[in-house]
This record gives sequence, C-alpha cells and structure tokens, in this order.
Amino acid sequence: MGRYVVRRLLQVIPVVIGVTFIIFCLVFALPGDPIQALAGDKRADPNIAAILRDHYHLNEPLYQQYWHYISGVFTGDLGETYNGRSISDIVAQRFPVTLKLGLTSFAIEAVIGILAGIMSALKKGKFIDNVVLVATLVLISIPVFVLGSVLQLEAGVNLKITPVAGIEKGWPQSYILPAIVLASTSMAYIARLVRTSLTESIRADYVRTAVAKGLPRRRVIGLHAMRNSLIPVVTFLGFDLGALMGGAIITERVFNMPGIGGQLAQSVYLRERPVVVGLVTLLVLIYLAANLVVDLMYAVLDPRIRYE
Amino acid sequence: MSEKTIERPTTDEAALAKEIEAEEKAAARQASLLKDGWADLRKRPMFIVTGFVIVVLLALAIAPSLFTARSPFSDGFCQLQNSMNGPSSGHLFGFDVQGCDIYTRTVYGTRNSIVVGVLTTIVTTLIGGLLGMLAGLVGGWVDAVLSRITEVFSALPLIVGGLLIMSIWGGGDVWSVAFIMAILGWPQVFRIMRGEVIANKYNDYVMAARALGAGSGRIAFRHILPNTLAPVIVITTMNLGVYIAAEAALSYLGIGIQYPNISWGLMISDAQDRFLTSPHALLFPAGALSLTVLAFIMLGDVVRDAFDPKTR
Repeated sequence: MGRYVVRRLLQVIPVVIGVTFIIFCLVFALPGDPIQALAGDKRADPNIAAILRDHYHLNEPLYQQYWHYISGVFTGDLGETYNGRSISDIVAQRFPVTLKLGLTSFAIEAVIGILAGIMSALKKGKFIDNVVLVATLVLISIPVFVLGSVLQLEAGVNLKITPVAGIEKGWPQSYILPAIVLASTSMAYIARLVRTSLTESIRADYVRTAVAKGLPRRRVIGLHAMRNSLIPVVTFLGFDLGALMGGAIITERVFNMPGIGGQLAQSVYLRERPVVVGLVTLLVLIYLAANLVVDLMYAVLDPRIRYE
Repeated sequence: MSEKTIERPTTDEAALAKEIEAEEKAAARQASLLKDGWADLRKRPMFIVTGFVIVVLLALAIAPSLFTARSPFSDGFCQLQNSMNGPSSGHLFGFDVQGCDIYTRTVYGTRNSIVVGVLTTIVTTLIGGLLGMLAGLVGGWVDAVLSRITEVFSALPLIVGGLLIMSIWGGGDVWSVAFIMAILGWPQVFRIMRGEVIANKYNDYVMAARALGAGSGRIAFRHILPNTLAPVIVITTMNLGVYIAAEAALSYLGIGIQYPNISWGLMISDAQDRFLTSPHALLFPAGALSLTVLAFIMLGDVVRDAFDPKTR
C-alpha cells in the first residue's frame, strides 16, 4: 500500500504539468493586450509598457513564461496580478469562502444522497422509493440558478429563515442555503447511483449466500452489499469535488458570495491571466488530491483490485 | 445408381440448410438480450408517456413553425410597448423585457437545447465509453496513460473549463458549445466505465468465457459490456438532461449560446433581474427547460429498467 501511494504520487506530477500547461496555453491565447487593458481607453505609455512587459516576462517565448510560472507554483508562489497584488493574498482572502461552501455542500450531498439511495433500494417499489425517485427527478430537472433564485426568494425574502445573500452572518447561517443549492443536483445523482448499484448487489449471489448463512440483515446490507455498491459512488464523489468547485461560480453569483468562483469569472473577463492561471491551478491540485483518495478507496473497498 | 449420385448433394444441401438455420437461431438467441429489452420497454406505460413528450420536443425542435404562427426572426416580432406584459389571450406566456412573445421564443429555443444535449451526450459516451473499456480491460500502462490523460481533462470542471475555453474561442453557437462541453465531459463516462469494467472483469463468467476460448473482443462486447451498461446508461441518459441544463447555465453566465441565437438559459438570465416583479418571464422558459430535462431522465430510467440483465 505504501509503495502504491508513492507511485501514485509520482504519477500525479506529469498530470499537474500537463494540465497547467494546457491552462497556461489557453489563457495565453486570450485575445487582447493586458498591459494596454491596464491603461484603459488611453494609449499606454510605451516606456512604462516596456518596463511592465519586461517585469512580467511578456516578451519571452511561451515555454519560458510557463517555466517562470510553474517553478513559482512549486515554491508556493502563485505570481502576482498586473496591479502588483500577490495572487496568494487573493487566494488566502477568497478561498475560505469557497472551501466552506464546497465542503458543506459535499457533506450534504454525500450524507443525504447515500441515505436516500439506501432507503430507496431497500424499499424498492414502496412509497419511500417513489418519494426519493420523484424528489431526485425534480432536483435534477430544475437548473441550479433557477432553484437558487426561487429558494433565495422564498427562504430569504419571504420567510426570512436565511440571509438573502452575502456572508455577513458567517457559517453556517449564510452558507446553508447556497450549499443546499450547490449540492442539489449531485445529491440526486448519488441517491440514484446508490439505489441502482445497491439493488444490483442485493440480488447478487454473495448476498444470497450471506443471508443463507444466517447473518443479520444489517450486516448483509451494511458490509456485504454496500461495499460493492459504493465503488461507483466513490468514483462519482471524487469526480464531483471538482465539479462542485465549478458549480460554486454559479452559486456564488446567485448568492453574491466573495469566493474563488466569482473572482475567477471576473478575472477571465478582465483578462488577468496570472490570476486565472493561479486559481485554476489551485482547483486542479485539489481535484488531483481527491482523485488520489478515490484510487486509494478502491483498494480498501474492493480487494479484488490488485496493485502491483 | 445415377439417381443416388444426384441425391447425395441434395442431402448435403439439406444438412447445410439445417446448419445455417441452427446458426441463425444461435444468432437470434445472442441478440435476444436487446430484443427482450425492447419488447419489455414497449410494454411500459412510463416509456409511452416520456416517449410521447420526447416526440413532441423533437417535433418542436425540427419544425417550430408548426407550433406558432409567429416567427422570432420576423420584423416587428418584438414591440417594446409590450415589455414585461403578463400572459394574455394570443400570448399565452406573456412578453419579455424587449417585448418579444415568450411562447414563440420558447418554442424556437427547443432546437438549440436538444441539439446541444444530444450531440454532447453522443460524443462523450462514445469517447468515454470506449476509452474507459480499453483502460479497464487492458490495464497496465494503457490504463495508466489513459487515466492520466483523463485526469488532465477532467481536472477542468465543466463550468470553469467552459468559462476558460469559451472566453477564448467565444462560444456563441450550438456547435461550439456542444464541442467544448464534450471535450470537458467525457472523463466522467470514462471513470464510471473503467470502474465498472474493473469490478466485472474478474468475475467467473468472464473466466468461463475465456476458458471456452472466447477472444478479447468477444469477451469485451458480449460478456463485460452488457454487465457494465446499466450504470453507464444511467449516467449518460441523466447526462443528456444535465448537458441541456449546463448549456443553460453557461448561457446564463453569458458565455454559452449568444444573441441572435435563442437559448432558454439566455432567456432565464435576462429574466432573472426582474424575477421579483414579473416571474412569468423566468418561469416559462425554466419550465420548458425542466420539462425537457425531466423527460430525458425518465426515458433513461425506463430504458435502464428494461435493458439491464441484472434487474430482470
């Protein structure tokens, strides 16, 4: 297992380089001149522009610019904006908001999703199964930004249960509604995935064997059936952590939260290449860490999967 | 004597015909999984209902002019004095901020949503499914390389990646939006497929098939594929709805489908600022979007229930 972890960590490095280079190239191709953008409608002073271009390595070839950026990332320096502000500062300021939102939402979708899926699979065809099926259908069908607006109106403006927008009330009051909205689609996905795969597991021979041996139902479902049913769910949860970060852009926009998502959209709009590259790199690193956890969970959940 | 020599070939022919017949029967038995599924599917009332809704949506997408007398591209379609007026006779859904008839725009918006959803789903399922199967079956360095490539692509979340790519290429129309979403979306199918194949490939029926001398291709498509299809079908059919919703989300953020193209997401985005005073402008396109997503997801459900060998 220890060797596997080390090998897997080494495998992550080319992926980090590959994806950062793709992002870097994509952002490098953004139309427009960032130095001219600083000066607005006026023509930029050629001397100052030349100094700035030199300072930000804009005159050097693409691969050298990439080298400056990637060597900075590995020493903990995400670069600075064209205004001279450190991107690490922006991250330090904005990231806790997105992190709290994402983790709250992740917890909601995992707990409620898996529980709903188990209940649904165990009572297949019964009332509770139909309730879960209809509820998940509704959640998947309504777009996040519509659900967000409607809940904001109902819970925030009409019922006054939660703050309408912003994060002044702190965690959990200000975060609970956006987190539910952000979690809604994935929660429904997970419930259905657990339902499908648990239904299949329950019919499998090894479960019949376990029942025939006289094991208590709780143990048969909880250990024998769930262990195999969780494989696709773990895959999905790992994938979804990355998607949650992206979904935060919409949720943060609807609820006006000062997180990474809002900053990212704004930076793409303002063509602040270093900020976009820095923030997306951060999301990528988090995502790759989640991937690693998923792969390790595979080994724990399914001993048939052999690692050399 | 001569009669016997003539008779011989005819008996051979009869034997050959019997053999062919037997082979055809065997082929029919192999295909019965799909045939049974289809027979099962046709009997389900839910399939008839969702099938009907989807046929209507397809009709709306193919020939929107059959459903409304107006055209959103004609002169004088939008009258500013009608801005944000509520539903009235002749204008069932009311008017948007530009004074355009929301019913007509919603009808004409169907095509873009359906095309983006279907196109993205087909491309992601083909790429993700085939590569996922390859990675799961072959394992070793093929799996390692494919998994790393997948990680590189899937490390860009759909909306973040879409935001990044579309701000450079400029989204704008259906094809570019579908293409960009497919590039970003296939890793999900890949991961589910790979996970399922790995979970299935050590099963006894695969060993049995291999022991009987079945080739890799036969094992992959006849034995493992049918057993991995259920979760992939669940994910891809649900994805159909999700991609339709994602297109709406990207358009909502102002980077997906853009004017003069019609998109439900764009209509919802426009209506959002005035949601408190005139909810109709948001609720009708949102309703159409939700209904479409719902129809495709329910279709996925019945198809899965009918085709999955394990649930029968």
